[in-house]
Amino acid sequence: MKLLVCISKTPDTTSKIAFTNGNSEFDTTGIQYIMNPYDEWYALVRAIELKEAAGGSVTVINVGPATNDQTIRKALAIGADDAIRVNAEPKSSMFVAKQIAEQAKAGGYDMVFLGKETIDYNGSEIGAMVAEYLDQPYISYATKLEATGNQATVERDIEGGIETVNLSTPFVLSAAKGLAEQRIPNLRGIMMAIRKPMNVVEPVGANDPAVTVSFELPPAKTGVKLVDPENMGELVRLLKEEAKII
Amino acid sequence: MVLVYAESPGGQLKKAAFEAITYGKKVADLLGVDCAAITLGTNVADAGQLGKYGASKVYNIGSANLDGFDSQLYTKAIADAAGQLGATTVILSHTSTGKSLCGRLAVRMDAGSVSGASGLPTNDGSFKVTKGVFSGKAVATYEINTENKVISLMGNALKPEDTGAEVGVDALGIEVGASALTTAQSKQSGEMVPLPEAELVVSAGRGLKGPENWGMIEELAGILGATTACSRPVADTGWRPHHEHVGQTGVAIRPNLYIAIAISGAIQHLAGVNSSKVIVVINKDPEAPFFKAADYGVVGDAFEVVPRLIEAFKSST
Ligand SMILES: Cc1cc2nc3c(=O)[nH]c(=O)nc-3n(C[C@H](O)[C@H](O)[C@H](O)COP(=O)(O)OP(=O)(O)OC[C@H]3O[C@@H](n4cnc5c(N)ncnc54)[C@H](O)[C@@H]3O)c2cc1C
Ligand SMILES: Nc1ncnc2c1ncn2[C@@H]1O[C@H](COP(=O)(O)O)[C@@H](O)[C@H]1O
Repeated sequence: MKLLVCISKTPDTTSKIAFTNGNSEFDTTGIQYIMNPYDEWYALVRAIELKEAAGGSVTVINVGPATNDQTIRKALAIGADDAIRVNAEPKSSMFVAKQIAEQAKAGGYDMVFLGKETIDYNGSEIGAMVAEYLDQPYISYATKLEATGNQATVERDIEGGIETVNLSTPFVLSAAKGLAEQRIPNLRGIMMAIRKPMNVVEPVGANDPAVTVSFELPPAKTGVKLVDPENMGELVRLLKEEAKII
Repeated sequence: MVLVYAESPGGQLKKAAFEAITYGKKVADLLGVDCAAITLGTNVADAGQLGKYGASKVYNIGSANLDGFDSQLYTKAIADAAGQLGATTVILSHTSTGKSLCGRLAVRMDAGSVSGASGLPTNDGSFKVTKGVFSGKAVATYEINTENKVISLMGNALKPEDTGAEVGVDALGIEVGASALTTAQSKQSGEMVPLPEAELVVSAGRGLKGPENWGMIEELAGILGATTACSRPVADTGWRPHHEHVGQTGVAIRPNLYIAIAISGAIQHLAGVNSSKVIVVINKDPEAPFFKAADYGVVGDAFEVVPRLIEAFKSST
């Protein structure tokens, strides 16, 4: 099975979020970056598991500048076979999706994996875009994936339930919690990653039809109002009369 | 024209559909155009109701091939309908369905898209719309610079407004192919409103010590008509089902009321709940970080406070 996994780089989950340049840009000062958890823990690991079980290859792709190489190496250390980096500083989801789709077309993959969303911009739209460019089925929020030959069964989270989908390859899928268990790269993996191929390609032309122009921090909470633990009638009153929420 | 896709899984319009149409009407007013709704599949009940919330017309593509969800077919159907009706802006709900469609439709319609919009657009020469980013820790303004636009609306971002009258439903003649997928669904959360749609949520954490202590949580939720949730370690240790896990790696929610019981308020937990309108925190540790994000706080032992709260709600209704 020939598999492609899209990986992105996001600020660590504990990062302090601030903006600069008249609130038009994310302030990267002091930010630690990680591989987007959904890409690393679920999409990448499940792809590697399928390859281990049935043979084939796992290629990872990232659209980003050379400073992303460290993140890509980590994916190789976890067990991907090779990597593609599209050398560009992306400004929009559409741009990234177009680049991924071009490489995916050229490579002829059986499945393209993405994370369900990036934890910075929370877009959850690149997978759908890639699927449309490829004219393939798209299964989002996959929590389980079994595949034999060209047949696959996927479970995905929907509101209040689970949907089970049967389909044949090729298709695009986004990964949610449950699809696999996180793997920590071991020393051998890290050593091997150094020699694995990383192909740097230049981007194809693409538009940025929707871009961020400014940011704002949500209004700070005015401070907690403490209620006497003996007097829960007061809490109920506040929720009804002050917050008017129930 | 603004075209709103109104979701109707199992033939029933969702609350999200009424939110989307209310939003769509406001977008249409902003652009000075009409707002129409479209439903997909056979046997959609009461679609004319969408008129009350702002749709001047309701269309249906009544193909049985659209009765199960397939993002490829749905995208083509909605894009074809938009083409036929001359709609340049499409509004979706930011649900598991809408998330699978938003980017697809954008590609198909050559549109700029914003998924998970939380605010109404502005249009002062350029079309801008806001959405939560960094897991609710900030709000970003996106500019869409294309004629065609696709927006998926975050759940609970606005209240459905019933202002107009029912309208008739017109069938749209659009060719729909067969799906390459076979799908089956199973329910998991019983009678409760699914978490992403819930307006009231009662959530508990590791401080409750074991699954046997969730009786009072379920009772409190039952009285309020709320949905239950939990912190990640609670789901990871199997005390509660995984679909209840909220936070960065679980479900992100924005209910009107979030009651957090014996949850410390770690940053990854807050990431999934800090857009809630009102947060109540019950924790025995006055230093628990959650109090900083709370509107109302109770410093006390959950095993004493929660039963009192249940009694207080009972005697207030
Ligand atoms: C990458 C990453 C992603 C993560 N994603 C998530 C996520 O999506 N969701 C999530 O929830 N966590 C997530 N976590 C874990 C998170 O960091 C915390 O560990 C977790 O939220 C703690 O859960 P808790 O508050 O239930 O437990 P604890 O931290 O153990 O807190 C228990 C709380 O209960 C209080 N307490 C104890 N007894 C009582 C009592 N009798 N009455 C009242 N209060 C009492 C204590 O004072 C304490 O504040 C993530 C972590 C990482 C590293
Ligand atoms: N720059 C990028 N390069 C490669 N893949 C990406 C990039 N950005 C996002 N992705 C993939 O797209 C998924 C969804 O991203 P988003 O739609 O932005 O939330 C991520 O989980 C990644 O798998």
